[in-house]
Amino acid sequence: MSAFLLAQQVTEVADTVSTGEAVAFWVLAPLSLLGALGMLFARNAVHSALFLVLTMLSLGVLYMVQQAPFLGFVQIIVYTGAIMMLFLFVLMLVGRDSSDSVVEVLRGQRLAASLLGVGFAALVAASLARALNDVTPVGLVTPNTTDGGNVANIGVALFTDYLFPFELTSALLITAAVGAMVLAFTDRHARGTKKTQRELVEERFRGDRPGSLPGPGVFATANSVATPALLPDGSIAEESLSAIVETTAKERLSGDVRDVAGTGERPDAHALTGARADARADTPAEGTATKEGEE
Amino acid sequence: MTPTYYLLLSALLFSLGAVGVLVRRNAIVVFMCVELMLNAVNLSLVTFARINGELDGQIMAFFVMVVAAAEVVVGLTIIMSIFRTRRSASVDDSNLLKY
Repeated sequence: MSAFLLAQQVTEVADTVSTGEAVAFWVLAPLSLLGALGMLFARNAVHSALFLVLTMLSLGVLYMVQQAPFLGFVQIIVYTGAIMMLFLFVLMLVGRDSSDSVVEVLRGQRLAASLLGVGFAALVAASLARALNDVTPVGLVTPNTTDGGNVANIGVALFTDYLFPFELTSALLITAAVGAMVLAFTDRHARGTKKTQRELVEERFRGDRPGSLPGPGVFATANSVATPALLPDGSIAEESLSAIVETTAKERLSGDVRDVAGTGERPDAHALTGARADARADTPAEGTATKEGEE
Repeated sequence: MTPTYYLLLSALLFSLGAVGVLVRRNAIVVFMCVELMLNAVNLSLVTFARINGELDGQIMAFFVMVVAAAEVVVGLTIIMSIFRTRRSASVDDSNLLKY
């Protein structure tokens, strides 16, 4: 009885829009419109996605303000958390620099689309305002306060009145998951471009070079595949160059070329003992190491 | 202020999404505009649930979210496979059903 009275009282209050809700609306509605406009006008697709996240977040808060807390949280978790992140993943995969072309394929299409949008918005807004001008909202206080609140009542309705659509939803989700896997699957072996190991071996032994090609050069200054290997005379081994990788310029390898050709600076055998090599080189009565260094 | 304002906001968001679908050329951005339209409809469903004092509108919005999630998964995969064959995510480039 007391709960009923309380519900009655709250119902009378919640029929009208409170000041706090009006403030929340006038803060969030421009934000969501700003996000939608930003998504429409942003050249970069990633910026569009982030603007859409802003719109969806403000819509989620608007759901909570409108006595739909469950939907508000689902909106934030599912939409901004899962779906928009999926969008961002695909954007990064598909190339985020694939910005829109400025060229109009159909002449006057943008102008026509904008006029259509403005006309549609005016039509719907005018009819809505006219039809719902004097409607007093009932409010969701009764279903949101009795029998366990909003979430419990939605759950009860889902599993009683809406049981069949709910089961259909499960079929839809399974179909979507299987469809996504089928569409995303690429059969690498069916194309016939990949050679088997036997074909590779036969090809190699029938060719003019049974051994493996020389690998890229590995020096103290570079170890990337772009570095060509150097032959003992200091020239570049052409077979070590990859066909698809741009090789390092030879000027950058001049030090290594000199080392391999033996014309560069020789290693100092006394480098770790702390003695300076030039000081030892001044005294001719030193050990064999210095003589080797001078040769 | 009455809940009608929410419906006006929903109409504006829906129109912006529709214009985006018509104007933008990037397939993923077109898809995001479709998502915006679905969200606008969800907002109107939530508002109608409040006006009528029933939870049915919220359940409908919930189903819309589920369908949108499934649609996004399949749609993005289609965009990915088109990009794999055509090397482009623009809706102008995919003018054939095959290849």
